[in-house]
Amino acid sequence: MTWELKTDRPIYTQLVDQIKLRIISGIYAPGEKIPSVRDLAFEASVNPNTMQRALSELERDGLVFSQRTSGRFITEDEKMINEIKDSLAKEQILEFFEKMEKLGYNKKDTLTLMENTLKEMA
Amino acid sequence: MNQILQCRNLTKGFSGRLALNNVNLDIERGRIIGLLGPNGSGKSTLIKLVNGLLTPNAGTVLVNGQAPGIESKKVVSYLPERTYLNDWMRVSNLISFFSDFYSDFDAKKAYDMLRRLNINPQDRLKTMSKGTKEKVQLILVMSREAQLYLLDEPIAGVDPAARDYILNTIITNYNREASVIISTHLISDIEQVLDDVIFINAGNIVLTSSVDQIREKEGKSVDTLFREVFRC
Repeated sequence: MTWELKTDRPIYTQLVDQIKLRIISGIYAPGEKIPSVRDLAFEASVNPNTMQRALSELERDGLVFSQRTSGRFITEDEKMINEIKDSLAKEQILEFFEKMEKLGYNKKDTLTLMENTLKEMA
Repeated sequence: MNQILQCRNLTKGFSGRLALNNVNLDIERGRIIGLLGPNGSGKSTLIKLVNGLLTPNAGTVLVNGQAPGIESKKVVSYLPERTYLNDWMRVSNLISFFSDFYSDFDAKKAYDMLRRLNINPQDRLKTMSKGTKEKVQLILVMSREAQLYLLDEPIAGVDPAARDYILNTIITNYNREASVIISTHLISDIEQVLDDVIFINAGNIVLTSSVDQIREKEGKSVDTLFREVFRC
């Protein structure tokens, strides 16, 4: 998974989102140790201070915790991980409905269209 | 902790034309800063004043609490916009030269970087392409354990792959005690490694901000903002 950064949003919020994605998709497993700030910054080609800020934000949310001497770890709370997964999925759906509305489909039309597409694919 | 760089009411003119007008700046340690402005805006003048290569008409510069001089030069690593190195020298000569000159120079680090960029230490500077020469100079400058790096247009002449390597070198060399000031036009290439940006125009500082603050407030990249502020 590569780090993709867009130009119109703060970098640290994008880093937060991408690390969340890695946690949800299991690239970083619950309880797993994550690379150091320096290594992560190098991987993503970003400033270490910015990566630090992203990790502090994740720590505040409880998704990541740090152990003073041994580094940072992913939370072991799988319920929390699943909740974040659900909320991210919901965001995607809402965004999709919005886009469809711009194309002129209301929510009901969109659902019908989706069902039809699914049938075609089967 | 004390600031690495402080400018107070710094003014410099060349034959009646103001190159820098009453500039006030405070640079903290542990930051990577982009000094951005159109051609002739005063970027290089500012960097040369910090280096002691120019003397101000008015105002003061303090590097690590000291006026530019022998002591400040020990902690400043400077990449000039034009080379001052003798082009008959081999890269290995230059490395010994730098090792003699600067007590904080790490020759091993320099050789490692040369290897990564496939530059033969036995080559003479004058046989190299423009881009390779620039890489050599940047390697020399980044191989010091300085507290303030002043890079005047460090990436203009090198290809995109080497540019990435150079930026990654800057990130990996990151040190909480040291700051890096990069002057450039190639904003979109370096934007994501910067903490802060300074916009300078006609000798005046027009904006100092963090990159994320600009993106948050304006909803656009520093590059886009620059093109708007300095639209011709």
